[in-house]
Amino acid sequence: MEHIVIIGNGIAGITAARYIRKLSDKRITVISAETDYFFSRTALMYVYMGHMKFEHTQPYENWFWEKNRIELKRDYVKHVHPETKMLSLDSGEQFSYDKLVIATGSISNKFGWPGEDLQGVQGLITRDDLELLEVNAPNNDICKRAVLIGGGLIGVELAEMLHTRKIPVTFLVREEAFWSGVLPKADARMISDHIISHGIDLQHEEELDEIIGDENGRVTAIKTKKGETIECNLVGLCAGVKPQIGFLASSGIETDKGILVDEHLQTNIKGIYAIGDCAQQRKAVGERKPVEAVWYTGRMMGETLAQTLCGNPMEWSPGNWFNSAKFMDIEYQTYGWVWAEPKDGNEHYHWQDEKNERAITVEFEIASRKFIGINTFGIRMKHEVFDNWLNEERSVDHVMEHLSKSCFDPEFYKKPFKKINTHFQNQKVPS
Amino acid sequence: MSDYQRNMSLTGEPPKSLNAGQKIFTALGLFGLAILIIANFNVNFPDKTLWLSIALGSIIGGIVGFSWATYSGKSAGIKNDGVMFKSITSRGLWAWMAILAFSGFYVLLYFYPQYLGLVADGDNTGVIALFDPFSKFLSGNPASQWFVYGTLYTIAILSFGIKFMWKYRHNSYELIRTGSVMFFQASFAFIIPEIMSSLNQPYYDFKNIWPLNYDLFAGYKIDEFLGAGNFGVAMLIFGVASIFVITPILTYKYGKRWYCSWVCGCGGLAETAGDSFRQLSNKKQYAWNIERWVIHSVLVFAVVMTTAVVYSYLKGNESAMSIGSWNDFSDKVVFIGEQDQKPLHDVVLAAQEAGAAQVVYLDRSDSDQMVTLESKEGITIPFNVVKEKDNVQGIKQVNEQKQATLLPVDRSMADIKIEKGTESVIYDNVWLSKESFVWGVVGLLTLIFGLVMIFKRKELAKDAKIGAVAYFVIVVGILVFTYLDGSGKLFFFESWKLNKYYGFLIGAVFSGVIGTGFYPIFGNRVWCRFGCPMAAILGFQQRMFSRFRITTNGGQCISCGNCSTYCEMGIDVRAYAQKGENIVRSSCVGCGICSAVCPRGVLKLENGSMEGRINSDSVLLGQDPDLMALLSGNKNS
Ligand SMILES: Cc1cc2nc3c(=O)[nH]c(=O)nc-3n(C[C@H](O)[C@H](O)[C@H](O)COP(=O)(O)OP(=O)(O)OC[C@H]3O[C@@H](n4cnc5c(N)ncnc54)[C@H](O)[C@@H]3O)c2cc1C
Ligand code: SF4
Ligand code: SF4
Repeated sequence: MEHIVIIGNGIAGITAARYIRKLSDKRITVISAETDYFFSRTALMYVYMGHMKFEHTQPYENWFWEKNRIELKRDYVKHVHPETKMLSLDSGEQFSYDKLVIATGSISNKFGWPGEDLQGVQGLITRDDLELLEVNAPNNDICKRAVLIGGGLIGVELAEMLHTRKIPVTFLVREEAFWSGVLPKADARMISDHIISHGIDLQHEEELDEIIGDENGRVTAIKTKKGETIECNLVGLCAGVKPQIGFLASSGIETDKGILVDEHLQTNIKGIYAIGDCAQQRKAVGERKPVEAVWYTGRMMGETLAQTLCGNPMEWSPGNWFNSAKFMDIEYQTYGWVWAEPKDGNEHYHWQDEKNERAITVEFEIASRKFIGINTFGIRMKHEVFDNWLNEERSVDHVMEHLSKSCFDPEFYKKPFKKINTHFQNQKVPS
Repeated sequence: MSDYQRNMSLTGEPPKSLNAGQKIFTALGLFGLAILIIANFNVNFPDKTLWLSIALGSIIGGIVGFSWATYSGKSAGIKNDGVMFKSITSRGLWAWMAILAFSGFYVLLYFYPQYLGLVADGDNTGVIALFDPFSKFLSGNPASQWFVYGTLYTIAILSFGIKFMWKYRHNSYELIRTGSVMFFQASFAFIIPEIMSSLNQPYYDFKNIWPLNYDLFAGYKIDEFLGAGNFGVAMLIFGVASIFVITPILTYKYGKRWYCSWVCGCGGLAETAGDSFRQLSNKKQYAWNIERWVIHSVLVFAVVMTTAVVYSYLKGNESAMSIGSWNDFSDKVVFIGEQDQKPLHDVVLAAQEAGAAQVVYLDRSDSDQMVTLESKEGITIPFNVVKEKDNVQGIKQVNEQKQATLLPVDRSMADIKIEKGTESVIYDNVWLSKESFVWGVVGLLTLIFGLVMIFKRKELAKDAKIGAVAYFVIVVGILVFTYLDGSGKLFFFESWKLNKYYGFLIGAVFSGVIGTGFYPIFGNRVWCRFGCPMAAILGFQQRMFSRFRITTNGGQCISCGNCSTYCEMGIDVRAYAQKGENIVRSSCVGCGICSAVCPRGVLKLENGSMEGRINSDSVLLGQDPDLMALLSGNKNS
């Protein structure tokens, strides 16, 4: 019986394991260092905020794995030896495999900032990070102020988290508005305002210069590029993530930023695959980035690879891009592509309500009026409807006219679609 | 120990700690409660109306003020901050103390109302006496423990309802739904029945539907309805129509939520006062298994019990000939009608054995011939014969349990004086015979069972099928046995005893002491999930014939688990959402909280077409279509 070994029990590795089990009788072992059981990394914030206990983040009950004959092993893989098909584990054990799936996820980006290894400087990716945060910032007595570096999705989550414990937060972002490398200006500004309205000290166009510690090696302050010194007890590093591939050095597996894979998610070595955050496409698919550190991509890669491993070779060919997040109280969803600046030949249409809680931005081709993508804020919209519209290459006019069809807000919510439509029609008329 | 101390502290750290406003209003609420407790130790308050107003006002003010202090400074949105840290909401020491207090109150309420100051004949004392003026104002009668309970219950739903609305002020579904439960509690459950009883109509909460209202068809209740003339009969018909006509239609259109989280009083309390405890429901698969067996067993118990109660009522009422030890006549006045089969002497003797205080023969004929006992041998209770036409007013008063005087036919005898509050039973002919009733019930059950097995077999899991067949055989077996046995007993229990056991075990212990008293340990819907027979029926309708479902939004789920954590019914919502499956579960009460707490907008409560409602072979959107087809194929295999 073929033995498939998966390194990493995140969404990518676990989805692959589940589907391999559905499709076959192969022996499956998942080796992972962080936790005994699969948990939802995206839910870490809720544990710190007290919305959930850690156990609530585990999507399957503990009996699930044995029942489905998925063997779990808590260990760290130090080396991969493709020639002998062996893994060296931290425990000293040598573990053999027939096929290997690497799904080791990400670690925090660090940019060699002075002081970045001081105590009280941390990211938020792993369960250990969460526990560390309980040590570094259990309350506003021990942590009198926190400074967050980098305006991404994890940064805003960390800001919200600390805010629930009434820890003052200074949030440094390089851009002129929150996440404006990804979000169009109007969207980004609305989110900036929203974050500030919660009492978070959001500072735009400001960067970290250096982290200052005391004689015990604990952070006491930071200095910004503009020269300001901010006293703090916690520095949250949220300037993005990068694939966790350190243990592959000298294994012969080709890496760049991440583990390089072909369209079948296979590395340069036959029988070794990489999926999830740690994988890097040799040839990017469509407009997608070669490394995609999102939950959905990990899951879909797991589904695809399971087919390949079970005798049904499948290319990695994800459908239309979609994503979602939540900025404090504002939910965000996106379908298709909306770029920070419209691509050449494209244009943005933006609508925002008076209270600055709901907004949409639509990107479309000017000449053909083809709908390219939508960002929605504070309005839930249907994935399926947009997926169809994108597949059918609908025009922006069609999409705007039928926008209410995509509504996924709860019953009795006041629907903004009439307003949006009128606004859209009025804008269209050349002035 | 140190753990407890940390949990106990009210100061603590945010988000666990209480802010100044919360502390002040907690104190205010506790002050109101303290007045009630002091009153119960028979401290005589000079001005009851004033002190009751102060007490209730402080409780309401405390709760509403607490909500203000909690939410007014926060932006609208999901703020479950610290729920898992706070002692009261995460099974800490406060939670255990709270269940002692709550369930202790329920024990007094159900079993020892005298310790709340209930005095059967005479003026109330204790806390009940404090409520006397208010009760007299509403209905003209002195308060009872149920009046005290009803008042506090209504106050809880209204004030915690305001808290809930504040918390979910961004969510129109929650606002409207909560407005609805508050309205139904205040009017249908509280004010209207009180007004009706002040108008001498039977006490009836229209929204309290059988089998939740398990006493609706108890003999005394039916007598009460029938005794109240056309209006009473209309109420009885409404009671029957509620469960057999109105309920299935509404559940088909909207799911069981129309009742469980829009109308019902138990649901009302769970959704308002119980909202802070919803995360405590058990989500494990074993809990689901237990749930299905327990709740359906309670339903079977309720059906069998009610059938037996009605059966013996009919049986008794057919003719007095069937009076026997299975009747509960203790201290009642028993009226009997014309006898043709059994000697009158034997009937009176049987009534005496069943504990009757006296027997009155109601002569409806116009003839002048006197009805007499064959012999008085062994008869120790009074026996009298009265003409109906001479005593129309008197009989009416007896029915209303008022003081009454009846004129005996034999004018040489003294007038028959019946004390106020004496219960009576009238053995009369009713149009429905016990045979047609039992066969009707058996027929109805067979019809439902048959239809489900023919049309919905594929939707039932294997254990559900086994359960259904087993229960069907048991219920029909018991009914046929009861019928053939003829003793009116059901497995050696008289039906009224069965009713009493049900009232004790299910009505009091399960729904009250455990169902509500244990909110801080088991969560706010234990009763609704494990015990309520009404929920079982509605759930069955919802699972089989309803347009309601919770749809999931393509591939957007991040498996975070907020939905499952905050589902008060212990449904593992995430298990469906992360597969892209609709949630069609009999237990879902449609509270909408899973949808509210989902940070990615994945869940939506909807009424749609029955077609494709259950899509267990769906896959998550986002892949290229070929793979999606393959994946859904894998799921089916
Ligand atoms: C705070 C936070 C919030 C997020 N929110 C969102 C969101 O809202 N939406 C979204 O789409 N994405 C979100 N993401 C990103 C998303 O969580 C990741 O893309 C996803 O978890 C990646 O899954 P994975 O299976 O590739 O890797 P991981 O989940 O990182 O799992 C990899 C596992 O492998 C283990 N491992 C690594 N190396 C070894 C080794 N050598 N030996 C043994 N074990 C090893 C690691 O310890 C880890 O447990 C968030 C991420 C974070 C950190
Ligand atoms: S599934 Fe959702 S709507 Fe249904 S009971 Fe649970 S939380 Fe409420
Ligand atoms: S449905 Fe929403 S709340 Fe539930 S697990 Fe998925 S993302 Fe989380």
